[in-house]
Amino acid sequence: MFSIETGSGFWTPIVWVIAIVVAFLVMYIIRMFGNKTYKKNTEQTKSFLSGNPEYPKEQMQIKASNLYWGFTQSMEGFYNLLRKMHTGNASDYVLWFVIVLAIFLLIEVI
Amino acid sequence: MIYNIPYIAVVCLILIGLYALVYKRNLIKMIIGITLIQSGVNLFLITLGYRKGSIAPIYTSSPGGIMALPIPQALTLTSIVIGVAVLALMLSLVIHIYRHYGTLDVRKIGRLNK
Amino acid sequence: MSIPLPEYTPALIIAIPLLGAFLTPLISRINDKLRNIFVILVLGLNLFFVSILAYNIFTKSAQEPYIMKYVFGGSQNIDLTLPIVRILFEVDAMSIFMAIIASTLMFVAVIYSWAFMKENTGLDKYYTLMLLLTAGMLGMMLTGDLFNFFVFLEITSISSAALVAFWTHKGESVEAGFKYILISTIGALFVLFAIAILYGQYDALNIAVLANAIQYTFLDKIALVLLIVALAMKAGIVPMHMWLPDSYSRAPATVTVALVGATLASLYGVLRVIFTLYGNILLDPAKFDIPVNIFIGWLIIPLAVISIIVGVMMALRQTDFKRLIAFAAVAEIGYIFLAIGTGLAAMGTEYGRTALEGGIFHIINDALDVGLLFLVAGAIYYATKEWSLNEMGGLARNMKYTTIFFIIGLFAVAGMPPFNGFASKLLIYESTFQLNPILAIVAILCSILLLAAFVKVFHSAFMGPKLPKFKDVKEVPKSMLFAMGILACIIIFFGLFPGLVLENIVRPAVDALLSNAQYLSMVLGGA
Repeated sequence: MFSIETGSGFWTPIVWVIAIVVAFLVMYIIRMFGNKTYKKNTEQTKSFLSGNPEYPKEQMQIKASNLYWGFTQSMEGFYNLLRKMHTGNASDYVLWFVIVLAIFLLIEVI
Repeated sequence: MIYNIPYIAVVCLILIGLYALVYKRNLIKMIIGITLIQSGVNLFLITLGYRKGSIAPIYTSSPGGIMALPIPQALTLTSIVIGVAVLALMLSLVIHIYRHYGTLDVRKIGRLNK
Repeated sequence: MSIPLPEYTPALIIAIPLLGAFLTPLISRINDKLRNIFVILVLGLNLFFVSILAYNIFTKSAQEPYIMKYVFGGSQNIDLTLPIVRILFEVDAMSIFMAIIASTLMFVAVIYSWAFMKENTGLDKYYTLMLLLTAGMLGMMLTGDLFNFFVFLEITSISSAALVAFWTHKGESVEAGFKYILISTIGALFVLFAIAILYGQYDALNIAVLANAIQYTFLDKIALVLLIVALAMKAGIVPMHMWLPDSYSRAPATVTVALVGATLASLYGVLRVIFTLYGNILLDPAKFDIPVNIFIGWLIIPLAVISIIVGVMMALRQTDFKRLIAFAAVAEIGYIFLAIGTGLAAMGTEYGRTALEGGIFHIINDALDVGLLFLVAGAIYYATKEWSLNEMGGLARNMKYTTIFFIIGLFAVAGMPPFNGFASKLLIYESTFQLNPILAIVAILCSILLLAAFVKVFHSAFMGPKLPKFKDVKEVPKSMLFAMGILACIIIFFGLFPGLVLENIVRPAVDALLSNAQYLSMVLGGA
């Protein structure tokens, strides 16, 4: 009742959850051996941006459409093709249906 | 050969309806295209039930002889009623679209971003 | 042992929402709160009957498959001789599996819409249409007659098109409703054309009688292709999927959850046509001496792979919250079709059966996960009146419970352990790998991209600095939290005990699909 068997293995979620809890406990114990003393409000608590000045948080937030810039820039050709497909035009929707129906009828019958 | 003419008419109606849906820009013409496809499918349903030399399948005061099949006629009645309801819904939505956009061109109201 | 039910229970499951739909406008003249409570009671009663029937069918199916049959208009011991002209409802394990999903989704949606739709006018029409949509969906899933399936398909598409266009003060909702009814009508007309072809050949509309008499002639091939393509268009397979992001994103959030149920009902139609209606010829040779099941399976698999890839790629670029979730829903339907295609192409082997189990398990997982995500999107729209991701930020400080529900939905839909998405996707990965390794590679990569798309939503909507315009955003009302909590609890339960679900719920459904002998013998009596 606790595990499912695929053809070539099995998966038991309860064992996974117990393993993750044990891993977090080990992590917490290792963290407790760390250095607890630090001076507040001095240089030790500021974030380090390789020497660049740190702006207030509202100006440094990356907006949603810029988030995966590298990925979308490299797949630009594919995305142009997809954008030309999704026009919003109702007769194009019917055209795609007719094209797929025609291809399937040709493959099936001939 | 003459008994195949309704089937050829069915295929022509459906093809003309699909042509009107794909190549016409006005929304009302697309709705007319759907009505043509509905008429084609209804005609196909009725033609399937015809027997050679048969009369209408009504029992009261019938002159005797073979009757055409009654089941496709019942299916066609249901389909016509459903077609009328869908047509009413589509036309009322077109009235709302005209009030909002001011045009019935399907390329202008379909401008989308991504 | 099973709980005794009246023998007209399948008809009762459809009659209760239908009667409620006709009483709702009368009751809403008296009081508004009374109408809300009445609708929740009607759907709760429906869910009660569906779950008791499901308990009967699933527990009896341990020994041998159990099917419940109800013949309209005759006494129950009527002798069904050919030609059968009575409409009958035949409920086997696959039908009641889909019926549980539909009833649960509608129940949760109506509880959620107590607070979500409170400021809108015309709510009596909204509740009437939701009850009609429930009756239509359940009718599609329980029927055993092809023309009855067409009539319920039309009921579902008409009521859901009117619900999609519910916010008539915005032009784009009405346009999305128009596109939805256009596509639905074309699909339904081609389904009727295929039903007419099958009727003209065999003089029968009953699924069991047709399945007994079918041979793979030229006209049958045309009917099969028409049925699969038209029903797959209603289920949202690329490249015919483009109505899906428009309708899902411009409808109110509760209507989108109901639309997910309607999409899955069309998917059930595809399964019923392939496995039960054409079930007897699936092992006969079609052309080039390949059996029919390999031929159709390898026709479905490229469509499914393209659905997964296009759905995930488009989901990465969207800035509208609900459109992103809608493209993710397209990708999930692609996963289900991939599993069905593999199960067809490898029918008779061990991994083919595992693929089909993974696919059917994924149907219920997908419905729950995508439903929860749409409800979270509705909650954010209710609190902030924004739906563009570029304008949101820092909402986790004000809306703590919604953030937790979104994290659960994110991990479940992307297939991360220990939630239920991982259990079904693991079955799909392992079985498609044995058919062709490229399919499994595409599936796993696109799962990771789906996680990336939702992490983008999580970062831009919930994380980030506190924005001044969201200073007095409060948590959403308790009825919405309760509805989302129901779905989240079911997701966690299915994730921690997948073996329970797989043994008792999914395996009887797969057994009922793979061999249609029991289905036929209920109607034709013996042999």
